[in-house]
Amino acid sequence: MSSAAMQGQQIALSVRGLSYSFPSEPPLFESLDFEISQGEFVSILAASGIGKTTLFRLLSGLLVPQAGTIAIGAAGSSAAAAAKQGRVGYMPQKDCLLPWRTVLDNAALGLELGGIPKREARRQVKELLPELGLEGTESKYPHELSGGMRQRVSFARSLLAGGELLLLDEPFSALDAMTRIRMQEWLLQVWEQHRKTILFITHDVDEALLLSDRVLVAAQSPITALQELPVQLPRPRSYEAALDETFIRLKRQLLGWIGMSSPGGGRP
Amino acid sequence: MNRRGSGKHAHLPVLAFVLLLAALWEAGTSVFDVPHYIVPKLTDVFASMWENKQLLGKHFAVTLWESLLGLGLSVLFGTLSAGWIESSGLAKKTIYPLIVGSQTIPIIAISPIMVMWFGYEIWSKVAVVILFTFFPIAVNTADGLRSADPDIGSLMRTMGARKRDLYLKWKIPSAMPGFFTGLKMAAAISVGGATLGEWLGGENGLGMYTKRASNVLRGEAVFSGVLLLSVMGMMLFFAVQWLERASLGHRRSEVNRGK
Repeated sequence: MSSAAMQGQQIALSVRGLSYSFPSEPPLFESLDFEISQGEFVSILAASGIGKTTLFRLLSGLLVPQAGTIAIGAAGSSAAAAAKQGRVGYMPQKDCLLPWRTVLDNAALGLELGGIPKREARRQVKELLPELGLEGTESKYPHELSGGMRQRVSFARSLLAGGELLLLDEPFSALDAMTRIRMQEWLLQVWEQHRKTILFITHDVDEALLLSDRVLVAAQSPITALQELPVQLPRPRSYEAALDETFIRLKRQLLGWIGMSSPGGGRP
Repeated sequence: MNRRGSGKHAHLPVLAFVLLLAALWEAGTSVFDVPHYIVPKLTDVFASMWENKQLLGKHFAVTLWESLLGLGLSVLFGTLSAGWIESSGLAKKTIYPLIVGSQTIPIIAISPIMVMWFGYEIWSKVAVVILFTFFPIAVNTADGLRSADPDIGSLMRTMGARKRDLYLKWKIPSAMPGFFTGLKMAAAISVGGATLGEWLGGENGLGMYTKRASNVLRGEAVFSGVLLLSVMGMMLFFAVQWLERASLGHRRSEVNRGK
């Protein structure tokens, strides 16, 4: 039981006994359990190639678990059903914007596919764009935007496509360091406003700590359990938090878990 | 693309070069006294063109119509085949290699069969145009469909996209640049197909006109027909290019930026 669940909050995502492997490859997950409460910001910290993206494909209903259950929302619908109802928003690593669509129509894609009339979809997008720092870009095409702005559009699309649970797959990993910091602060702000449940996958320790309420660490393959680290830093946060003593202490702990420094060692 | 589109005067150098070549042609044939049935003087070519303008206009229209009809049918058959190849795994494994492999058959050698099948009227010419133009359209469109970014497809499926949505909003738009590449190649060679069709037998068209003219060693008439045929090829090519720019304008600028 996570700390938030014990406080009686509603469950947004519950994974029980999840196992998955690709044919003739070693298993990626074996009877994995974890859960996320509504309104929580949780990061999964893992090295590349350990199955992060596969996990998201399972959670967004693109793959079906070989064993175990994935339950979404209080009613506990399956991942595929929830995705079909537009309750899960998946934001892939690449921005995946359609080059022939404007910002407005790119962001409206999820709504459109969910069967909402184009005019209404556009209205909802227009309402959201200023909040995401995208005012004035609605009739631009993706190639006219910087990497950071493109990720904002991609985020807007996911936010509108899936109300309840947002799955963000290393969304800032392709950005340069300065833009990445700006985007992290931007995401913190947006999250404060919307308080959506976010599951964020990253291999960046600082990013995980800065953004999340809890960090779940997947250290070994196959993933059989996630080590949990609550991040007790005050909110609202900004990049300043990364200079906090608590932050450094948590970071040392995380680095120890993923084998980057020996326990108690690595001090200056 | 970038340099060519960068100014109003971008086409000036090539125009000047063409004029220079024309002047060299005219001067060379006069100075070296080349026989008219080897290379006629350029001015004689234009004079012959002017004299026969009504006849040439009629033949021009016939050949253009054959080319357009063949191109149109190739677009229809080519895109349908591409869609079939894309949607069926079996077709991808059987039809696609067959279409690619069929290109080793010399089209010129099987063109007479079209006359046997479709007679001496317009349809044998259209059939030869289709033989020439079907392949670039089908293969480039199929490759375009296949090049659609699978990550976008996955993302759309998480948003509840059905098969129809995937085609209309992802695969077909992704295939458009490939389709236009194929169509441009097809437009440029369609006139050659129509000309060959006319050589194989027929009463009308610029191909027939040049063949008849060469039989009687009328060099200036042959060259006026050839010039008009290449003008027609260019017209078709630029028409497709215009269509491409009009429909994919914003994507072209993406290419220009080198992204």
